[in-house]
Amino acid sequence: MEQFFFWSLAACLLLAATAAVTLRNPVSNAVALVAALVFQAALFVSLEATFLAAVQVIVYAGAVMVLFLFVIMLLDVKAEARRPIPWSKVLAVLAGGAAVVVGVARLVAAFPAAREPLHWSAKAAPFGARELGTLLFSSYAPLFLTTGVLLLVATIGVVVLCRRDPES
Amino acid sequence: MMGAEITLGHYLSLSGLLFLVGLAGVLLRRSLLIVMMSLELLLNAANLALVAAARFQGIPDPQVAVFFVITVAAAEVAVGLAILVAIFRLKKTTSAEDFATLKF
Repeated sequence: MEQFFFWSLAACLLLAATAAVTLRNPVSNAVALVAALVFQAALFVSLEATFLAAVQVIVYAGAVMVLFLFVIMLLDVKAEARRPIPWSKVLAVLAGGAAVVVGVARLVAAFPAAREPLHWSAKAAPFGARELGTLLFSSYAPLFLTTGVLLLVATIGVVVLCRRDPES
Repeated sequence: MMGAEITLGHYLSLSGLLFLVGLAGVLLRRSLLIVMMSLELLLNAANLALVAAARFQGIPDPQVAVFFVITVAAAEVAVGLAILVAIFRLKKTTSAEDFATLKF
């Protein structure tokens, strides 16, 4: 059952991600990306990270994607015209792909634990909002506070960037 | 492989493939909007690897890291889209090829 979930969700995730990257109409890209993010949230549930799955759907599929759709609507972006892709870029993608494949293969080869299936009953204790919250407000409290400052600075930056000049 | 048990390696491979799709988008697409969406895919690939590591190692710390990644990604999207809107007002385009002012 778990295997069925993993393989079907993985296939859907990669399909949606490919669509999000390759489609021509920006609105289709955004909708495909929402689908990919929701499939990933489902994978989080299968990894027993239910709180993160909820955050993923609310923050990513909700807030961030609404932002994207708003900008697409505001800018009135047309479908991108097809133009030939330069060979240098194709080579860059192939090199990056080779690096990723070699990296994952080396990682799995180096750690025997990565090749062992999980004994689901042995390692129980899934982490919910309570465990994450305790960690966030104890050992990760300085980082958590910094995140607040980051969000404030980002908000001010966005307002400044999007303000029109009063003179013009 | 269909009958085999799911291991951490499976999740890492899936994360790598997702990263690859996002990388292709960042490098090959010209519309800056699509490039930013592909960036989100890259971050999500890392998130997937972290959550899988948390589950298979039985520790909650990687999940906290994912929490921070999501926060930073939200800030990044907001600022990036604001820059995109500002540039669009100036040049009336979102194609990366038209923003070569800093190239030398």
